Amino acid sequence: MNAKKSDKLATGMIYGLVGIVVSILVALLGYILYNGVPDINWHFLTSEAQSFSAGGGVRDQLFNSLYLLVLALIISFPIALGAGIYLSEYAKDNWVTDIIRTSIEVLSSLPSVVVGLFGYLLLVIQLNMGFSILAGAIALTFFNLPLLTRNIEESLRSVPDLQREAGTSLGLSGWKTITKIILPMALPGILTGLILCSGRIFGEAAALIYTAGQSAPSVDYGNWNLFTETSFLNPMRPAETLAVHIWKVNTESVTPDSSAISSASSAVLIIVILIFNLGARYLGNKLFKKMTASK
Amino acid sequence: MDDIQTRLQKSSRATRQDYFGKVICYSCIGLIILLVACILYFIASKGLATFTKNGVNFWNFLTQSDWKPGDVDKYGNPQVGALPMIVTSFSVTILAALLATPFAIGTAIFMTEIANKRGAKFLQPVIELLVGIPSVVYGFIGLSLIVPFIRGIFGGTGFGILSGTLVLFVMVLPTITSLSVDSLKSVPMHYRQASLALGATRWQTIYKVILKAAAPGLLTAVIFGMARAFGEALAVQMVIGNAILMPKNLISPASTLTSKLTTEIGNTVMGTLPNNALWSLALVLLFMSLLFNLIVRFIGRRGNIKNER
Amino acid sequence: MKKKTIISSLLALGALMAITTGCSNSSSATKSSSSEVSGKITAVGSTALQPLVEKAAGDFQKDNSKINITVQGGGSGTGLSQVQDGSVKVGNSDIFAEQKDGIDAKKLVDHKVAVVGMAPVVNKDAGVKNVTMDQLKQIFTGKITNWKDLGGKDEKITVVNRAEGSGTRATFESAVLGGEKAIKSQEQDSNGTVQKIVSTTPGAISYLAFSYINDKVEALSIDDVKATDDNVADNKWKIWSYEHMYTKGDPKDATKKFIEYMKSDDVQKKLVKDMGYISTNDMKVQKDSKGTVSDK
Repeated sequence: MNAKKSDKLATGMIYGLVGIVVSILVALLGYILYNGVPDINWHFLTSEAQSFSAGGGVRDQLFNSLYLLVLALIISFPIALGAGIYLSEYAKDNWVTDIIRTSIEVLSSLPSVVVGLFGYLLLVIQLNMGFSILAGAIALTFFNLPLLTRNIEESLRSVPDLQREAGTSLGLSGWKTITKIILPMALPGILTGLILCSGRIFGEAAALIYTAGQSAPSVDYGNWNLFTETSFLNPMRPAETLAVHIWKVNTESVTPDSSAISSASSAVLIIVILIFNLGARYLGNKLFKKMTASK
Repeated sequence: MDDIQTRLQKSSRATRQDYFGKVICYSCIGLIILLVACILYFIASKGLATFTKNGVNFWNFLTQSDWKPGDVDKYGNPQVGALPMIVTSFSVTILAALLATPFAIGTAIFMTEIANKRGAKFLQPVIELLVGIPSVVYGFIGLSLIVPFIRGIFGGTGFGILSGTLVLFVMVLPTITSLSVDSLKSVPMHYRQASLALGATRWQTIYKVILKAAAPGLLTAVIFGMARAFGEALAVQMVIGNAILMPKNLISPASTLTSKLTTEIGNTVMGTLPNNALWSLALVLLFMSLLFNLIVRFIGRRGNIKNER
Repeated sequence: MKKKTIISSLLALGALMAITTGCSNSSSATKSSSSEVSGKITAVGSTALQPLVEKAAGDFQKDNSKINITVQGGGSGTGLSQVQDGSVKVGNSDIFAEQKDGIDAKKLVDHKVAVVGMAPVVNKDAGVKNVTMDQLKQIFTGKITNWKDLGGKDEKITVVNRAEGSGTRATFESAVLGGEKAIKSQEQDSNGTVQKIVSTTPGAISYLAFSYINDKVEALSIDDVKATDDNVADNKWKIWSYEHMYTKGDPKDATKKFIEYMKSDDVQKKLVKDMGYISTNDMKVQKDSKGTVSDK
């Protein structure tokens, strides 16, 4: 077989593989949306959940998911960024670094329920945070750090050394080179990591059951004071996220319309993630263009 | 004079910035190490209690197949044999990774090397979308589509390793794909240019140059995919049958370490044997994941061309 | 610019931590010093009981705005061990504390808030509507393996048991198996999943709380007794148990008031029924932790 032929064959195979992946994707998303979208309406999005009667909505859960996402990212992103910079720029290529890397990777295989229980015993009980959004956000940080760190490291690495040399030859400090040249260049890759990680935050249930809790007390959306119990911004209140709600509705709910709620919530979740995903990508691209002055 | 002297002897602004940056990065990595150490200590102390405090024989734990931590057998030993779960976890993870890797890398190659920009731009967000679907939704879709499908084709109940593998395949696909895309993208452009200039076809360039240069990154992608497969509980639990039986074939009900852990941990009392035994499962999980990690790295080290930037 | 963002986010993080921990401390301090009935109650445990307690807590707080109640799941085992440690005020459980290893039941006070009945359910395909208690036992111990032996279709029986150590399983096994061990089989934890699996798997059998039984599955009668609330009340239907709320020692102040509310007619006559439970007031018999039933 000559090179031309095998090139054709391989390209064909790749197209085949991609075709299968795309059809799985389309089927899966189509299935969820087809089942869920008809049940989404304004009432569903703006009313409270019901324990056992029909007609409940997901207003609080939706907000909690978003709020938790913001908090978790605020906590985990800086840490992962620092660690990623360390691993790609400062770490020497020796066994210590290897151990750090391996342990971070091993950590990411922990089942979420273990992370959840660890968070429960440490944050909720020991540090006396109670079931709260903050405890949930920190637990999710444990969860996301490995993937996010690894991703940031990889994207920083992918910036060609030429750029570092250019920075150094301009007389910039190493730190300036990293923050002003390397980081902006690596932005698209970092963004992928951030999006993957927020996807997991949106979809995570088991770790949150023990930390952020699975009940959504009614909150007052007009109360902007962080420190009052009823404020929607209070990070110390328990909060059920959309994914936890889906889990609860599917497993222990006696509401007559539980299957409708579950499929509609799944569809809402997917739509929100899609919006977030595209939004983040759009903003990221804008930022990238601005910071690297390309085009 | 003095002024100049002090100015020259003082560290420059750039040095201080450098120092400052280093402090930040070192403290971040320090924090992560601390966290890893905490979690490892936490799991080890609970998981080892099964053997130290409750006096379970470690060898029996690994090689026996009766799991009933609340009960004792006829010799008065607690029945904590984790073998069936270890085997099942192992097979599900390996199968899912084997199945997903070609698809994921194929898709990643398509997105970075073959497709025009628009195709890649469309595909990436959609793949990333899959990460955000809660496990329980995957589980229910698996229960309503995959299990009946397997039952229809292979007979049996439809619950088993095969169904678990198929569900996990979809779940790890986005992780492996996204990370692969990143590592393929990080292969410098001049590699491709050099290869094409030598008259290599696109496939030769991909196969002989790009894939080799990206090998470490691709392996990391697979490791993270396997880690996800390992740790996944809610979805697998619904389709695998969750029965502590030695898997006889791919379609007999079985149970993974995580699915057992997740189903039972809420029903046990902290500090008692049934609870400790579950933490031992978590410990085993960590060790197995470490093992996988090392194996994959070992394979990666051979046949890897030195990746100079 | 980037550096500033990093610094500021780190600072913000630090400030956030400081504020929140400070705030949680101060709020708990002010709460305990107040003299009227107020306070914070955390109830953790059984996921099956959680919706009822959560709903009741919501209604209760409307009249008692000073009392803040958090209700969470986590499983009966978690509930019992946390209330024993004193980490939470109330431990919800669907199993007697005496039946759990590692729990010192003497330290805990039991408040029975509802009764739940359970019934065996089978896939509609099986073609069986009634079994004897002995047949049921033989199914779950693996002696009967085909529905045709019970007059149904020629189809293999797929046993779906409940999670080891769960209250549901303990109740079922003590009422049906009489000390024998169930065969190794599939296990599922939650009512919702079991319902879904039984309704989609031909030949499957499992058991569910009454409130989860719907027209997608076939609830079996045992010895021609139907699974109804009335039959549970006079113990004609044997498979039932209590839903417990445990406190460490006698409940005080806010917790006491809340538990009294849980037992009041407001909850027992309305909420409990709406959730598909049976009120403890309607029971004509009572059961102790060893499973002995006596007249009330």
